[in-house]
Amino acid sequence: MQLTLWTYEGPPHVGAMRIAASMKGVHYVLHAPQGDTYADLLFTMIERQDRRPPVTYTTFQARDLGGDTSAMVIRAVSEAYERFQPEVMLVGESCTAELIQDQPGTLAAGMNLPVPVVPLELPAYTKKENWGAAETLYRLVRSLLADRVPAPGTVRAARPADRRPRANLLGPTALGFRNRDDVIEITRLLSDLGIDVNAVVPASAGADDIRRLPEADFNIDLYPEVGRSTALWLQKSFGMPYTQTVPMGHGATCDFVREVAALAGVDPTPVLSRRDGDRSLAPSRAHWYTRSVDANYLTGKRVFIFGDASHVLAAARIATEEMGFTLAGIGTYSREFARDVRAAAARYGLEALIADDYLEVEKAIAAAAPELVLGTQMERHIAKRLGIACAVISAPMHVQDVPARYSPVYGFEGANVLFDTWVHPLVMGLEEHLLHMFRDDFEFRDDRPASHLGVTSAPAAPAPVHAAEAPAPADVATPAAASLAETPADERAAELPWAAEAERELRKIPFFVRGKARRNTERFARDRGLATITVDTLYDAKAHFGR
Amino acid sequence: MTDLSALPPTSAGAGCDERPVLRERGQREVFCGLTAIVWLHRKMQDAFFLVVGSRTCAHLLQSAAGVMIFAEPRFGTAILGDRDLAGLADANDELDRLCVSLLERRPDVSTLFLVGSCPSEVIKLDLAKAAERLNAQLRPRVRVVNFSGSGIETTFTQGEDNALKCLVPEMPASNERQLLVVGGLADVIEDQFVRVFDALGIGPVNFLPARRAGTLPAVGPGTVMLPAQPFVGDTVRMLQDRGAQLLSAPYPLGAEGTTEWFRAAAKAWGVSPERFDEVTAPLIARAKAGIERHRARLEGKSLFMLPDSQLEIPLARFLQREAGMNLLEIGTPYLDRRMISTELAWLPASTVVSEGQDVERQLDRLRTAQPDLTVCGLGLANPLEAEGFATKWSIELVFTPIQGYDQAGDLAELFARPLERRARLAA
Repeated sequence: MQLTLWTYEGPPHVGAMRIAASMKGVHYVLHAPQGDTYADLLFTMIERQDRRPPVTYTTFQARDLGGDTSAMVIRAVSEAYERFQPEVMLVGESCTAELIQDQPGTLAAGMNLPVPVVPLELPAYTKKENWGAAETLYRLVRSLLADRVPAPGTVRAARPADRRPRANLLGPTALGFRNRDDVIEITRLLSDLGIDVNAVVPASAGADDIRRLPEADFNIDLYPEVGRSTALWLQKSFGMPYTQTVPMGHGATCDFVREVAALAGVDPTPVLSRRDGDRSLAPSRAHWYTRSVDANYLTGKRVFIFGDASHVLAAARIATEEMGFTLAGIGTYSREFARDVRAAAARYGLEALIADDYLEVEKAIAAAAPELVLGTQMERHIAKRLGIACAVISAPMHVQDVPARYSPVYGFEGANVLFDTWVHPLVMGLEEHLLHMFRDDFEFRDDRPASHLGVTSAPAAPAPVHAAEAPAPADVATPAAASLAETPADERAAELPWAAEAERELRKIPFFVRGKARRNTERFARDRGLATITVDTLYDAKAHFGR
Repeated sequence: MTDLSALPPTSAGAGCDERPVLRERGQREVFCGLTAIVWLHRKMQDAFFLVVGSRTCAHLLQSAAGVMIFAEPRFGTAILGDRDLAGLADANDELDRLCVSLLERRPDVSTLFLVGSCPSEVIKLDLAKAAERLNAQLRPRVRVVNFSGSGIETTFTQGEDNALKCLVPEMPASNERQLLVVGGLADVIEDQFVRVFDALGIGPVNFLPARRAGTLPAVGPGTVMLPAQPFVGDTVRMLQDRGAQLLSAPYPLGAEGTTEWFRAAAKAWGVSPERFDEVTAPLIARAKAGIERHRARLEGKSLFMLPDSQLEIPLARFLQREAGMNLLEIGTPYLDRRMISTELAWLPASTVVSEGQDVERQLDRLRTAQPDLTVCGLGLANPLEAEGFATKWSIELVFTPIQGYDQAGDLAELFARPLERRARLAA
């Protein structure tokens, strides 16, 4: 039994819904009590889908439990088939139905429907949403391709010289972070390389697209959380190689282009640079922006990264190699990929936080005292509470993370999008200097929230240096943002007394770094067994910590 | 605007039971009772709601409530794992351990609600026993109670009925004459109602749920109950068992419903009709003015309501009688006739009342009926909008203060807004 306040992932049947809701001609019959239908609103509200997810629920009630609940499954399957005429049906159960053991998948398979029926067994008490999505996609692909698997040892025919290379995109789903735009961006990138997209699975695919998967030369494992098990099976069964690089960030996209070009046997160089007259430019604008002088202030900003494994791993590389940040913490809720994240953390000299407990993540962020949090919708809440800048890089997400505009995070345009999204929440370079120099200016009053944290108590007169754009109106900061949560509650007990003069000196430090200065100074004093903090202790600590 | 003097009598309407009701049993596109926690934990700020359930329960709660809460919420889910399913003894130990550690961390909590879910009901995890064990250990600092919000037993607002039900045995006994308003209301509305009751000389007035779960109102033979919500039927029955008298009235939605609701209490307290009119006339005028602003948008427009919160029938009554809407089908998850008879009698004979749901067939009827406005859940709203139907989210009607005179205009506006928006947007 585990106490959960917020959960990063839903149950595995929600993962199955994401597959069904992404595809065409697929219908999912879910043996579940009333109330489980809430899951529809994830799709229709967060992602503003204009159709209901193709899911029929049996919605059994307590009074049905004494009777024949398996008859309800059979009726639901046959009515759903009649009404929706799907090309393929998924049949499974949610957590409660798992306990009453009607085995809906087996029941449905025995109904001799004229379309393939894929039974799903997704253990609700041990597995979670992304696993459920991956397992559903794998079962679906396997079941539709079962009769096409060549005999073991069959050598895959080489691509005819007169046919352009083809790739499948595996893993984009409904409710995946920016998947809609990533697919467009990667398709464009492949097209620039002379590679055709054979099928995009599951997004927008039908049963026929799945049957055509082996016609591609290789697979692009865009979202390993969802696509990896399918990519592995296609490799084992059809000898199709798959990509290892997730094309998020400038560097990773360059690597991806090289990897894909090698798999396809094409030349990557035209895609790896842009021409401007006789000049050769980097393919992303972000590459230049990170080298522009204003980006200097990004150097060494402490960043904490948490989310699903593939977005976290990619974000860590961008943060360190492309933005010049310092990694203050890294973690994931994707236990299936914990090993990869642990290995990456070790390379950055950190220990990875593998957790799906929101409170544990909050504690880790408070302890790391980062200047920027890159996370999910949950970390947005945490960062707000702690008064730290934040950008969302991973599901689970909020309706505002599904923008109307084109905003991929993959590919070269994705690198540009990420640069903007990560930099905007931070105090801009020149602004930071002005705040530092004129910290006694009456407009920089401490009880004002930072301009980048929202608009709760905007000054009456426009403040000239508050240049950074406030986040979207829907994202207004909590009133508590003004206090900036200088010290987490659990540390307050251990607070050391500050001499009045030292306390006054501390107030002169800009509010957005004061919390860190206070913590560093207290840590410094505690480590040295000092009884009181003086002005000298403050500056000794500053010299010691270097910032 | 309907002339109030022309209204039929408000006592439980004779003949309402003969109204044909379309009963449906099929896929029900409704929330389960756990969803009530979303407003109950806001109402009772010293309570913590611990759902004993699955990841699905936790996911439901955050999907229904997630966007509204920034801080550590006063609800959570004890997620059952394989080990808990394997041995109930272990599950009980685990639950006790978890509750004790939770309460250590939250000294502000005076009442802990253990909330049963579909999985906990199916494995027959006895939360009443758990509450007993924990009470022995934790009282008097913390009171532990339990109720079921499971989807196999409850629909959406029924969760509140069950939560209040489990508080009834905890209420102290008293013979004192008092008015007890049953069913959660926003604090602002409670305050408005208290002012009206004061002006009418009705009192003392208490509310269930109270703002603090730790201080429950008393109940006994002197208690006169006025339900503020149609979904608290079981709680009302339990309070009757403790001697409370039930006043039959419509619900305080719209000028008319609010007036008749207050009138029921005024009659019980022997307030003179002159005094009643003196107090309510200015409030009625203000409510009517508020409604009038939106009436042009709503008048003559047809309405189709899918079942959701149990508020459907009183809302439809308001929209038809005070805003001039034309009611096509009004769906409700279940009909608790005793709680809704006054309201049912006020619906036109031509209106189809449906109970339960077969969502696909209901949507077929909706497409045939082509309503100007559809009231439905969040899962259906955008798909119906995409089909060209104007919709109003029913959940907003539960999360927004809509009762009373001074909210009557806001209530009309909630329904007028989707139509107003369509009129504003260029084709």
